[in-house]
Amino acid sequence: MSDKIIKGSVWKYGDNINTDIISPPAYMELSIAEASKYAMSPIDPEFSTKFNKGDILVAENNFGSGSSRETAPLTLKHLGVDIIIAKSFARIFYRNAINLGILVLECNETHKIEDRDELEVNYLEGEIKNITKNETYKCSKMPEHIMKIINAGGLVPFLKEYKKDR
Amino acid sequence: MGMTISEKILAHAAGVDKASAGDILWVKVDKAMMDDILGPRVEIAEKLKELNAGVWDKDKVVVISDHYTPPANAKQAEIVKFTREWAKEYGVDNYYEFVGPCHQIMVENGHALPGKVVLGTDSHTCMYGAMGAFATGIGSTEMLGVLVTGEIWLKVPETIRVVWEGHLQKGVMAKDVVLKTIGKIGHAGATYKAVENVGSTIENMIMDERMAISNMAVEMGAKAGIIPTDEKTKEYLAQRGITEGYEIYESDEDAEYCETLYFKAEELEPVVACPHEVDNVTEIKNVEGTEIHQAYIGSCTGGRYNDLLEASKVLKERKIAKGVRLLVSPASKEVWDRCAKDGILQILSEAGATILAASCGACLGLHSGALAPGEVCISSTNRNFLGRMGSKDSKVYLASPVSVAAAAIEGKIVDPRKYL
Ligand code: SF4
Repeated sequence: MSDKIIKGSVWKYGDNINTDIISPPAYMELSIAEASKYAMSPIDPEFSTKFNKGDILVAENNFGSGSSRETAPLTLKHLGVDIIIAKSFARIFYRNAINLGILVLECNETHKIEDRDELEVNYLEGEIKNITKNETYKCSKMPEHIMKIINAGGLVPFLKEYKKDR
Repeated sequence: MGMTISEKILAHAAGVDKASAGDILWVKVDKAMMDDILGPRVEIAEKLKELNAGVWDKDKVVVISDHYTPPANAKQAEIVKFTREWAKEYGVDNYYEFVGPCHQIMVENGHALPGKVVLGTDSHTCMYGAMGAFATGIGSTEMLGVLVTGEIWLKVPETIRVVWEGHLQKGVMAKDVVLKTIGKIGHAGATYKAVENVGSTIENMIMDERMAISNMAVEMGAKAGIIPTDEKTKEYLAQRGITEGYEIYESDEDAEYCETLYFKAEELEPVVACPHEVDNVTEIKNVEGTEIHQAYIGSCTGGRYNDLLEASKVLKERKIAKGVRLLVSPASKEVWDRCAKDGILQILSEAGATILAASCGACLGLHSGALAPGEVCISSTNRNFLGRMGSKDSKVYLASPVSVAAAAIEGKIVDPRKYL
C-alpha cells in the first residue's frame, strides 16, 4: 500500500455475506480464476463481470461469516478487490483477507453508502469521504501489528522477517 | 485476577506465565490439520515450494481427505490424489482418507487433546474445544505460516460463559442446546471471543454430545468453543489408549468473563434453525407441518454413534414417508462399523434410509445428496446458508437427529417427542 488514500466507486451489499455466497462450495474444485466467475453468484450473478479493479466492496454486518475457505478472499482478490468496508467482519475471513493483502475496514455508517457512490478512503487516519453524497464517516484504522503484515506484502514475507529478527 | 481456560492454554503455548484477553501472543502450535478442499491445494503447496521450505514437524501435521471422498467426478478425484501425494512428499504419516469428516477423525485418533493448541484449515476445528483443547479454524495462507514456523500470532480472546443447568427433556438433544444458545447469542455475537460451556447439563453429556456443542461455536462467530475437561473426557481418551501427554486446565474462580448467560435445560423444547441463517432459531412447534423432501443425518455435528442410536429409536419398526429420502452418513468409518455391529444401520435401512459412506459430501452439497431447486431438507448438520446443500433455490432446516428422523416419517417437520 503505497498511497494512503484509496479512491474508487462502490458496489454495495447487505448483512451476512457469508462464505457460501462469496465462494459457493460447488465451484471450489475449479481453479481460482474459474471459480471467481461465480463469486457472490447466489445473490448477484453479475458480480464477476461488473466489478472492476479499483472498485470498492462495501457491505453491512458480519461480512465473510462461515467457512475458513481462503477461496473467498482469493476469488475476490482475483476480481480486483483490494479493499472491503463493512460494519463488521467474521474473524477468520478478516485474517485471511489481511494475509492476502486485502484491506478490511470497519465502518458503522455503511448503511449510508450506496451503489456507485464515489469514496475516498484514508485508511491510516480512519476516514472515509463520500464524494457523491458529500459526507464523511469514521472507519477503523488498521492496528499496528496488522499494518506490519500488510506493509511487508502479506503474511509469508512478514514471517520471514520476523524469524530473522528473533 | 484469575485466568480462563483459553487464557491458560494460550499463555502456556506462548511460554509466558500470564495472559489476558486482548494480549497478542506468538504461540507454539501442537497440531495442524488440513483437509482436502482447503488444504495443500489452496496456496500451500505452491508457496511452500516457492519458499523452499518443508513442514516444521511432520508428526504435528495431519492431512485428511474427507470433503471430496468418495469423489463424484474426475476433478474431485484429482484433488484427493493431489492431497494424498502431497502428504507423502512431505513425509506426513498422519494421512487419512475415505474415513469421514476430518474433525471426527482428529478426535478418534488422539490428535486433539486437552490443553493443546490445534489449528485447522476448516472453520469447525473449534469442535476440539469439547476435548479441552484451544482449537480454531484458519485460512490456507495462515496455515502456510504455521507449517513453516510451527507458530502463529493469536489475540487472546475474551470469554463468554454459557451456563446450562438441569436435565433435558426426553427427545431434546445437545443439538437443541447449541441451537438455542446460538439463537440467543446471534450469528456474530461471539465474534473474536471464546465460548466456555459449563453447568450440570453439559457435565451430564457424553463426549458425542459435547462435540456437537463445541462444533457449532463458529456459528456464533466464536474463535473457540471450550468445555472443561473432566472424568468423561479422560475416560473417552483412555478407551483410545491415551492416558498421558495432555494437560488439564480449569478456569479460576475469579477469571474474567465478558458476559455470562444462563439457560434452564428443563425449559428447552426441540428447536430448528430456519433458512438461511443458523441463528434463525425457533421451537419446532412454530414450523410444524413444513413439507420436506430430504432428511439428512450425518456430518461432524450430527453423525456420531449417539446421534444414529437416538435416531434409530425413533425409526425402529417405522417407515419413512413415501416420496421422502432419508440419507444417513455416519461421522466416521469407526462410527459406521460400530453402528453396523449394533444393528443400528439395519434399523435405519429397514425404515427406508439410504446409508452412505462416512463423508462430508451432502453437508455442503458436493456429492451424495445435493438438493434440487425448490427442495427442502431437514438436516443434523451445522449450516443452512443459502445454497449450502445444493441449489441456491433450496432450503435447509437444522435440527437434532431425532427431529430429522421424525420429519422423515411424516414428510414434514414435527415434534419428535411423540415418537419417543
Ligand atoms: S461434515 Fe460438514 S461441517 Fe463437518 S467438516 Fe465436513 S463439510 Fe464441514
